[in-house]
Amino acid sequence: MVTTMPEAPSHQPDAPASSSPAPEKDPESIAIENLDFAYGDHRVLHGIDLDIAPRSVTALIGPSGCGKTTLLRCINRMNDLIDGARITRGAIRLGGMDINTPEVDVVDLRRRVGMVFQKSNPFPKSIYDNIAYGLRVAGVTKRGAINEAVEKSLRAAALWDETKDRLEKSALSLSGGQQQRLCIARALAVQPHVILMDEPCSALDPIATARIEELIQQLKRDYTIVIVTHNMQQAGRCSDQTAFFYLGRLIEYATTAKIFSNPSQRQTEDYITGRFG
Amino acid sequence: MEKGGGASPSSILHSPSSRRRGWLLEKTIFWSFRLATYLVLACATYIFLDIGIKGSSVLFTKSPPFVNLEFLSQAPETLYVFDYEGKKMTLGDREFREWKTSHEINDAEVTSVAYSAGGIWPCIVGTALLVIGSMALALFIGVSSAIYLSEYSRNGPAVRLVRTAILNLAGVPSIVFGLFGFGLFVIFFGWNVSLLAGWFTLGLMVLPAIITASEESLRAVPQGLREGSLALGATRWQTIRKNVLPYAMPGILTSSILGIARVAGETAPIMFTAAYATRDTMPWQVSRFSDFFFQGVMALPYHIYVVSSKIPQNDYTARVQYGAAFVFLLLVMLIALGSILLRTRLRARLQW
Repeated sequence: MVTTMPEAPSHQPDAPASSSPAPEKDPESIAIENLDFAYGDHRVLHGIDLDIAPRSVTALIGPSGCGKTTLLRCINRMNDLIDGARITRGAIRLGGMDINTPEVDVVDLRRRVGMVFQKSNPFPKSIYDNIAYGLRVAGVTKRGAINEAVEKSLRAAALWDETKDRLEKSALSLSGGQQQRLCIARALAVQPHVILMDEPCSALDPIATARIEELIQQLKRDYTIVIVTHNMQQAGRCSDQTAFFYLGRLIEYATTAKIFSNPSQRQTEDYITGRFG
Repeated sequence: MEKGGGASPSSILHSPSSRRRGWLLEKTIFWSFRLATYLVLACATYIFLDIGIKGSSVLFTKSPPFVNLEFLSQAPETLYVFDYEGKKMTLGDREFREWKTSHEINDAEVTSVAYSAGGIWPCIVGTALLVIGSMALALFIGVSSAIYLSEYSRNGPAVRLVRTAILNLAGVPSIVFGLFGFGLFVIFFGWNVSLLAGWFTLGLMVLPAIITASEESLRAVPQGLREGSLALGATRWQTIRKNVLPYAMPGILTSSILGIARVAGETAPIMFTAAYATRDTMPWQVSRFSDFFFQGVMALPYHIYVVSSKIPQNDYTARVQYGAAFVFLLLVMLIALGSILLRTRLRARLQW
């Protein structure tokens, strides 16, 4: 078992490199092995086994309360913040390394595994400071490097043209869709391997949603993307693999094409065709 | 709708007598609440007007600079009242001694009234020193523990116990804080009656208010900001420092400025720990720097207490009594006004 983070110089925020890092024993692959998870005594995930392919989009779907957001938040250990929440069995490996061992620095992990939240949460700071935040907390002080990263991230999130003239304006002055793209840009700025998206479009109108989906298609060339969505069409449109969860269990995991055209499980079919959920 | 016999529900509900009773009750309740409010208003108005009118005649003058600077900038002095060649003379201590060098007066004919000449400058300074020190102390300890309680601690029985203890601390009468400070700081630590003992006593007294308000302000910061920050690889402390504390600051400052009003106003905690009834030197007139912390000071609330209850009352004591109370009231009102302005300004800058 690898217990320390492999050094990945191309992902140091102060040394921006080409946007497509060479896979070194695939640091971007995620393997979830027989994972059980509980909030206190309440078990919410049961024996999840899921291999997430690098540089592709994996959609987690299922009715509310099925545990898909919990699973997503396990991948960057966001559940550490919740009292009594813990993994009771199994492991999550990022590039082969168990992320829940004491040797793993959770700060470092979260720098590698970015997250975009359901409710867009730009900081009440300027657009520039929002993007620069991740770099600054990582200790980057060089103005030039930050400027460069801000522009690059905003371009990658297709937000540069709309914001380049008002980088010093408050991020809260942006529209809802722009705010969510800002949050994506902010996550990109620290050059993660993986981006987790928790229903990123649930509060957006169809046009803003389409722009985010388009963005996801571009980002998957460089990043492993895991997206939780309630929107079946969205999963169908923008993911490569789809995992269907029900009552804390992984019912079916296959390519999106297969799940949506020819699911092997009855429950999956019922959910996808809208018979429940 | 049912129209029919006298027993139908609608006729019971809408009988004229019950409606009149209901109307009477409504009016009675309404007027008793209203009168209670008016009573409060009347009392407050009376107090403010009484102090305001009598106090402003001390503080303000009819000729430029319109403010009685002597009252604000002088130390309290004993007032000497006597008849001299048919004229009534009222002289302050220094004036009187100077006057005596060139005049003859029988001391038995002179009435002395303590504290009633001069001004209240050392009291203003003392109160300011007490407020600055105790608030610095209380803010440091209070905000730190609020951060711990709201950001770090897990919500278990121990933390609940701590919270209950803090709430109980808020209910402790100020005289008990005074005696506690006297026992611990003045006697046990051997600090004597000193600024330091007063700082700690007053600081402990406002601590519960500051902790409670700071914790509330911290909790009001959306969780999404913390998660967003942590998800970008910020440490916990970085998150708190850059993304939680700045947004909680308006609330913390508001509550602490109201805390200032309390610290400045309390007499009981300082009467055993920090306050002198009278002192000849100003707090900065100390021989060694360390002596600064171990000196007692004069303070406004204690001075008001002394001049209004510890000296014989007569026509000449009203000046310092009302003057000090009025200045004190103005200071507290200024602080409250400052807190409101600060809050509005900070709130306008922050929203999510």
